[in-house]
Amino acid sequence: MENLINKLQDMFAVKDVQDSKKNQILLTVKASKVPALLSFLKEFEGFKVLVMISSVDWIEIGKFQLSYIVNDPDKKNDLIIRAFISRKEASMISIHSLWGHASTFQREIKEMYGIDFPGSPRVDEPFLLEGWDDTPPMRRDFDTKKYSEETFFPRPGRESNDPAEYMKKRLYPDEK
Amino acid sequence: MTEELKDNNIEQVEDKFLAPENRKHTVTGPEGEIIHVDPLQDYYCNERPKAEDPRNKIVEKFLNWARAESLWVLGFGTGCGSIEIPPLLSPRFDAYRFGVAMRATPRQSSVIIISGYLAVKTLKRVIRSYEQMQNPKFVIALGSCTINGGMYWDSYNTINRLDYYLPVDVYVAGCMPRPEAILAAFDKLKTRIKEGRAEGANEYVEKFDWYKANQKKVIKNWNMPDYNW
Repeated sequence: MENLINKLQDMFAVKDVQDSKKNQILLTVKASKVPALLSFLKEFEGFKVLVMISSVDWIEIGKFQLSYIVNDPDKKNDLIIRAFISRKEASMISIHSLWGHASTFQREIKEMYGIDFPGSPRVDEPFLLEGWDDTPPMRRDFDTKKYSEETFFPRPGRESNDPAEYMKKRLYPDEK
Repeated sequence: MTEELKDNNIEQVEDKFLAPENRKHTVTGPEGEIIHVDPLQDYYCNERPKAEDPRNKIVEKFLNWARAESLWVLGFGTGCGSIEIPPLLSPRFDAYRFGVAMRATPRQSSVIIISGYLAVKTLKRVIRSYEQMQNPKFVIALGSCTINGGMYWDSYNTINRLDYYLPVDVYVAGCMPRPEAILAAFDKLKTRIKEGRAEGANEYVEKFDWYKANQKKVIKNWNMPDYNW
């Protein structure tokens, strides 16, 4: 793995390399270099399997993080490739031509985070939510409690009393 | 034939993923008449539902007894409670001895069990199944999720109270209720039916507009007919 990391630092200017576990390495790369890096890993280094694509909303720094997890089934190595994109114009290069099933992950991320992947097949169709017309629900500025209270007819909770005060009121109603 | 189909439907974007024989097309009849065919359209009754008036008291009592003793349950599981239904039918709990049997289609069943949380997407299917069931029909709701949302009370995608969308006969509290509790619920439902108090289907008809308004508030892409029967 060390040779590989040196190579990647040379070729793709990889930063923030961390050993998170045995056989698992995290690294960060510029978003525009992700497709090149992934295709290099797939074609030359044996990382044949795309395990998943996930996303994190870093609202404090105004960025989305996309994590691509790729796996080498022969050497049993994992690489987690992180890329940061701007939160305002959330758009990323689609990698569906490398792995076909990437389009499903991208479709889900489009729905849940509103990150666009131009050219990815069926990316605009609803995946889990049907007819959603609000902010994408996994964005952190979406207030799920407020939405639920406005939409789903919340049942009013039980009234609760402080036992001491309640008994005082009940037994000695004249005292204050 | 197929070329003709393609010419007719080349501009219809929503047909893009359909096989050619499932698209809208025209067929020429034996006498030269042209028939428009939409293979995916469901044909439904366009009439509002009607409440059923109670019959003669004695007849009604007999019918209620008969209804209570053969409850046919629609095999429809939502959420985590659906895993409690199979042991209900296994030898240990054996719901068959109470006249409870599972059915595969809504047309044959009289009870629908809402077993746990309901996502909006599932609610749409539940409404559709419920409306296709024959009268009289009963609803059992399991778990705290159907009562007040349970642990999903602030979720963006699960409903909080089932009785705003369907008339519920029996609620079973718990997270999740065990099969014994479901048997108790069937017992309760039986007594309700025998007393003539399980009039959920008629209640649904009487407050039909209110139910529809609530359902349409939640289900934003209402792309099904208003009357699903």
